[in-house]
Amino acid sequence: MSELPQHSRSAAEASIAKLHARTGMSRLLGWRHLVLRRLSQFGILLLFFGTAHWGWQATKGVPLLTGNLSSSEFLGLIPMADPFAVLQIFFAGHILKTESLIGAALVLGFYALVGGRVFCAWVCPVNAVTDLAGWMRQRLPIPTLFPLNRNMRYFVLATALILSVVSGVAAFEWVSPIGMTHRGIIFGMGMGFLALIAIFLFDLLILKNGWCGHLCPMGAFWSMVGKTAQIRVRFDKDTCTHCGECARVCPEPQVLNLKKLEQTGCVIPGECSNCGRCTDLCPEDSLRFALRPLIHRPAVPKVRATSPE
Amino acid sequence: MSVKNPARRDFLVKAAQGTAVAACGGLLWDYLLRQEVRAHPYALRPPGALAEGDFHAACIKCGQCVNACPYDTLKLAGAGGDMPIGTPYFTPREIPCYLCPDIPCMKACPTGALSPELEDINASRMGLAVIDLENCLSWKGLRCEICHRECPLKGRAIVLEAHPRGISKHAMFFPIVHSDACTGCGICEKACPTTEAAIRILPHKLVQGKIGDHYRLGWTEKSEITQDFKPGAATESGAPLKPGKKAPGVDYLNEGGL
Repeated sequence: MSELPQHSRSAAEASIAKLHARTGMSRLLGWRHLVLRRLSQFGILLLFFGTAHWGWQATKGVPLLTGNLSSSEFLGLIPMADPFAVLQIFFAGHILKTESLIGAALVLGFYALVGGRVFCAWVCPVNAVTDLAGWMRQRLPIPTLFPLNRNMRYFVLATALILSVVSGVAAFEWVSPIGMTHRGIIFGMGMGFLALIAIFLFDLLILKNGWCGHLCPMGAFWSMVGKTAQIRVRFDKDTCTHCGECARVCPEPQVLNLKKLEQTGCVIPGECSNCGRCTDLCPEDSLRFALRPLIHRPAVPKVRATSPE
Repeated sequence: MSVKNPARRDFLVKAAQGTAVAACGGLLWDYLLRQEVRAHPYALRPPGALAEGDFHAACIKCGQCVNACPYDTLKLAGAGGDMPIGTPYFTPREIPCYLCPDIPCMKACPTGALSPELEDINASRMGLAVIDLENCLSWKGLRCEICHRECPLKGRAIVLEAHPRGISKHAMFFPIVHSDACTGCGICEKACPTTEAAIRILPHKLVQGKIGDHYRLGWTEKSEITQDFKPGAATESGAPLKPGKKAPGVDYLNEGGL
């Protein structure tokens, strides 16, 4: 412990003051990743919707983006498929056509590079609802009704796969509120909005980040994929004042363990969704996106090995 | 009980608790799945769809078949409706399947839930047309026959049979559906002029019986028993059936097996 640099309370308070003193442009810039994420989330849905309802075409006779987030085809050429759904269907006992296997491999490769849970923060439409609940919750004094272990989602993931074998259908796809939402927006909602309301109330009144951060098996799947991510949040230990604002806005605050960050130089755990809230907010610019190969492991030696006394 | 390794014990207890919660939730989840999958036997699927159970397993619920359908026949089921969630279906009375020869919906399917083995759209079996004889205008004796005229496979899937009408010199023309040709496209159901369609498409499983393999229809040309009695035309090769080889089903009657 003693080897770590001591951080003065006054420096941290100065950082927080700096954050709250931001005005005008810099305050707006503090929302830049959030705005980009909403544009990405709704833009992708709009491409699907436009192709389905307004006949958007890339060129004559070639639809722009057909399908939905479960499986799609871009420019009539590039197949994409949700690898988690494909895995469940495989477990359910169906031998898939090559097209969906190629699609799943492409999507899996993409997220393995940019970060698995980039899907959660930049594509998944449910994220907008849970973010809203989280944002409201920060402003309301709502205590947690009952805590859940964040690893619960991995048990849900395992259950989804086991149930797919037992029941012979892709277990999560048949109940997924994510599927209900994006399918609903593109092809007709039915009663799917009820699932969204349930998630919103759960996140708002019962457990903070309850769905995305504790239960969603899709998030768990992408967390496991995200371990190989090459785009990560870099941590600059020299400028950090340990003000803690990053962890306050982070939907997965356990990934911002500053002691670990000092050793690794960047956020390693797959649960990080590269949402960029911390990079927007950090008053000292200690957290920024960077490519993993370019992130030097800090010169600070492994803490224990260096101090003989 | 002495605890040798508290961390290990803690881990095991946590894992057991997680498993227990997952198991409880899993049972409920499984129940929901079975409800959702089994509760809707009336869904009519796009051409080439696998048998309903296999189809449920294979469909990824992406809606690319819906996108590909040029007539907006196919719909993707929403949540909480009458049809299994997220799967494609069609309602013939609203928009039937117009049997595109190039089968774009099947080609759009990425998983094979709509089987690529379907090469001829006329070989598709989406369902079977069933006539309500009590409310069919033709069966009442009126000259309707619209279903027969609209049928893309008329003369094969729907045929008209002339029947005498009592002592009248005017015959009655009854539409009869033949399951060996009916694709279940539903154009007849769409065209039926009655207030509620008197001909409608239903999944085969709900309407088709099965007589059992042991029945022998001795008077039909292809019946084995008929062949038994017509030795000259018995087998494909033209050779008569050998004396010792009898058609199954007659053995015990003829050899004192009772």
